[in-house]
Amino acid sequence: MSLIESLPRPRSVRLPRADGLIQWVVPLFMIAIWQLACVTGLVPARVLPAPSDVLLAAWKLLISGELVRNICVSFWRASSGFLIGGGIGFAFGLANGLSQLSSNLTDTTLQMVRNVPHLALIPLVILWFGIDESAKLFLVALGVFFPIYLNTLHGIRTVDPQLIEMGRIYGMSDGELFRRVILPGALPSIFVGIRFALGIMWLTLIVAETIAASSGLGYMAMQAREFMLIDIVVLSILIYALLGKLADSASRVLERLTLAWHPAFQQH
Amino acid sequence: MLATLQLLAEPVDRTDVAEETPLPHRADAGRGRSLPLIIRGLRKSFGDHEVLRGIDVHVPAGQFVAIVGRSGCGKSTLLRLIAGLEKIDAGSISFGEETRLEDVRVMFQEPRLLPWARVLSNVEVGLGRSRNLPDADARAEAALSEVGLADKRNQWPAVLSGGQKQRVALARALVSNPRILAFDEPLGALDALTRISMQRLLERVWRDEGFTAILVTHDVSEAVALADRVLVIEDGRISQDIEVDVPRPRQRGSADFAALEGSILRHLLGADERGDS
Repeated sequence: MSLIESLPRPRSVRLPRADGLIQWVVPLFMIAIWQLACVTGLVPARVLPAPSDVLLAAWKLLISGELVRNICVSFWRASSGFLIGGGIGFAFGLANGLSQLSSNLTDTTLQMVRNVPHLALIPLVILWFGIDESAKLFLVALGVFFPIYLNTLHGIRTVDPQLIEMGRIYGMSDGELFRRVILPGALPSIFVGIRFALGIMWLTLIVAETIAASSGLGYMAMQAREFMLIDIVVLSILIYALLGKLADSASRVLERLTLAWHPAFQQH
Repeated sequence: MLATLQLLAEPVDRTDVAEETPLPHRADAGRGRSLPLIIRGLRKSFGDHEVLRGIDVHVPAGQFVAIVGRSGCGKSTLLRLIAGLEKIDAGSISFGEETRLEDVRVMFQEPRLLPWARVLSNVEVGLGRSRNLPDADARAEAALSEVGLADKRNQWPAVLSGGQKQRVALARALVSNPRILAFDEPLGALDALTRISMQRLLERVWRDEGFTAILVTHDVSEAVALADRVLVIEDGRISQDIEVDVPRPRQRGSADFAALEGSILRHLLGADERGDS
């Protein structure tokens, strides 16, 4: 926490409205260059379609309903995998952070499993589950488990012991101590875990859907590759980027709401 | 009563005003409820190192006692034992009667405020088990007024200055009307001017609330300015027990103080020289 506190405050003195827009200047500029390069024939359409073509492909897929259906499928996989894996990771993080017995019992095992790259399990997972939903859920859940577990554990272990002592001498029960001191103290670290996990969630899903799926964004991209529909391939990649950004923004909003007390989030 | 109402109507948040103005007593203020402190043959070791080697002292109810000594002399350990934060190896500490957790409060060198709770909720922590009663807010607000921070009730601790944080910590310690209040170098981390105004605040609060005060400090002049009695600890024993017979309100920088402070300092430094030779 002291490290976070020592960082410069993210809020600058610039006008807030300009602050909101300025982050989009570079992406828009890059898209403009891209469009220009395609229109002038600098980049052949076989290599990279123009942004306008990608938009057109998006429009067509939107009308046919295919795009929305695939996004929904992917989003559902991502979020349920995240909830399952994150929930279990959080529970283990709490248990091992609060109980030495639980930590002795499970931490070493979990650390060993952590060293297996979860994507290496794909062949095994396909053998176990086939290519249906449970395979994807399993992989996503396994992927998000570790960042959330590790950061929850770390957050709980690094809560200021002076505050815990204070809570004890002021007569807080175990439950109160957890609710009023330990959990809020661990929250900044838990959020770091959540943001790591969101990145891993998309990564895992993309790989899983690309290799073994019969629906979803990754499947859409692989189908398009089969038929040389490069605009749809690029579209899928862009949608992944957008969804990732969306998930990150959502976690930032949540952070702002729950960490309003933190010096880094205070508005002056 | 009229005077009380007028005082309540006045803003009391400014430091200078808050120190000097005797605030209206809270309805259930602890005057007359203070407890004596009786310590007999107290010993404490950490591993092979014996920190306290037989402390015997009787502090009458309502007295303001300062404990001074060089760093590592065991004064903070003594305070932690009094507060029940460490286990006693041998001997006993008693308060003359059964006490509840809320009767003995400690204020530390660090404010130890919950950064994620607003100032008022931080003060409510001090109510212990009665923090869920309907009058919790009112009691916490009264304690905040007592330290002159009523207008900061909805702030986050992060925006307060060091002195203000320490005043919130004082309000948290006071809110349960403790009968013994132990201070572990509560002003050690503050700048010189804030220290002096906090010393006045501590003295006023002690006068108003009438608890038994035990102040651990390495600052001899602070001890002499505030306490009725100064205990000097050396090598885990009380080596000097000095009455500070200066009437209150005390004038800082008077000759009486200088003489007393000088003699205690000479004693402490003398021990050092004896130790060296």
